[in-house]
Amino acid sequence: MKRSYKIAVIDYKISNMFSIRNAMSLLGFNCEVTSDRSKILSADGAILPGVGSFPYAMKNIKKLGFDETIKDFINTGKPFIGICLGFQLLFDNSTEVEHTNGLEIIHGQVKNLSKNKKITRVPHVGWNSIKKNKKLNQGRIFHPLKNHKDGEYFYFIHSFYVSPKDQNNVYTTSKYGDFEFCSSILKDNIFACQFHPEKSGKKGMEILNAMFKQK
Amino acid sequence: MSLALRIIPKLDIKGSNLVKGIHLEGLRVLGKPQSFAKYYYENGADELIYQDVVASLYGRNSLQDIISKTAKEIFIPLNVGGGIRTIQDISTILLAGADKVSINTSAINNPELISSAANVFGSSTIVVSIEVIKQTNGKYTAFTDNGRTVTGKEVIAWAKQVEKLGAGEISLTSVDHEGSGKGFDLTLAKSVTDAVSIPVVVHGGAGKMEHVLSLAKEVPASGIAIASLFHYNYIKHHRNTDGYEEEGNIDFLKSNKILSNIQSVSIDELKSYLLQHNIFCRKHETLI
Repeated sequence: MKRSYKIAVIDYKISNMFSIRNAMSLLGFNCEVTSDRSKILSADGAILPGVGSFPYAMKNIKKLGFDETIKDFINTGKPFIGICLGFQLLFDNSTEVEHTNGLEIIHGQVKNLSKNKKITRVPHVGWNSIKKNKKLNQGRIFHPLKNHKDGEYFYFIHSFYVSPKDQNNVYTTSKYGDFEFCSSILKDNIFACQFHPEKSGKKGMEILNAMFKQK
Repeated sequence: MSLALRIIPKLDIKGSNLVKGIHLEGLRVLGKPQSFAKYYYENGADELIYQDVVASLYGRNSLQDIISKTAKEIFIPLNVGGGIRTIQDISTILLAGADKVSINTSAINNPELISSAANVFGSSTIVVSIEVIKQTNGKYTAFTDNGRTVTGKEVIAWAKQVEKLGAGEISLTSVDHEGSGKGFDLTLAKSVTDAVSIPVVVHGGAGKMEHVLSLAKEVPASGIAIASLFHYNYIKHHRNTDGYEEEGNIDFLKSNKILSNIQSVSIDELKSYLLQHNIFCRKHETLI
């Protein structure tokens, strides 16, 4: 079963883009991994995935001219998902390896987990639960976690976390040891998360489905 | 609410078959890895490890096909090891659909591989596998090629070096305990987890649920990798000797015998048991 609904997975030549494509295909979306600007802009939804280092990723994004493409896509109002590094890249800057500016679509910084005294083991790897921001439930066009409950588990693997300026965009938080951090944001047509929905079994697949099925 | 202890089925692969040995030797054919993987996914596995157990001996990489088949139907992390020597090898394994790679032999022969791989793929993608044999003088020494080749590297020093070089995780196997069903080497597991501040996944020796519980209680392991306990549970439910490649010893599979020191258990049963004893793990929901 192929839906006509087209999803572009933005390939900026850094990591495995196939996990997310496999997940989208299983859900029945017409999904293409692509570096073609016109294919990205004409898609009904786009995903910015990524595992790897922030400076290296930004360098590739700029080289491919994707900083503009991503912003142009988001301005269309069509659903957009950022995952893991693709979540962090949306922010102003990161201290990973060296100070690097990000896409500056969402204000805030990407910081090192290991600089935090409450945390003993980095990277943060494994299944952790989410707590939803209750204030954020009203009046949103997209609401991919609408049917998810607090305490549901998703797969995380990261050494950096985001610290958003505007708490109103914080969709969920999670706790690693005693340290609470923003695990996803929701802003207009953007949903972005630190965890990997495509690696989080059924509950993760439901997020992808919920974000893209609504029109 | 916090981070859950990962329960990770470990699938040793030879050619196109899932195999299991004792002390990493005497491999028996158990079945098709994809079928076991699917069952484990549906049963609540938090992650899977595929280890090509002969790749580093014969210099081949036969895993790609199995990986890509698995990645199409299983939506939890997949960690793949065996015969990885270069950045290009890592890239090939990741493109086939793996999320992380485990490196042992090449990491010891060429430690710079760890740092260059971490720079290219990110630390969290690079797992260093440490296979350990306890020497008669009580010292723990790292081995390569599935416990066949001695390296002379003392385990704690090597674990610290691995962390410094940028590995995102250590996968620790006690070769002495592996496949024996006599329980984990808790002294080894504790000393390695205490020595580093990256996650450590402990493997080797689980024969019953109580062994897993004592490891979880006494050692700050991030994950526990289990083979026999889960494999024998699968076989009990899916006995089928048809269609296996004529590679390796399948007498065991035909004989219908389960080793007496291994009490088979499903992932779901194990997690319920751990939760009853206040060990925090993720209970799965019905999967699609």
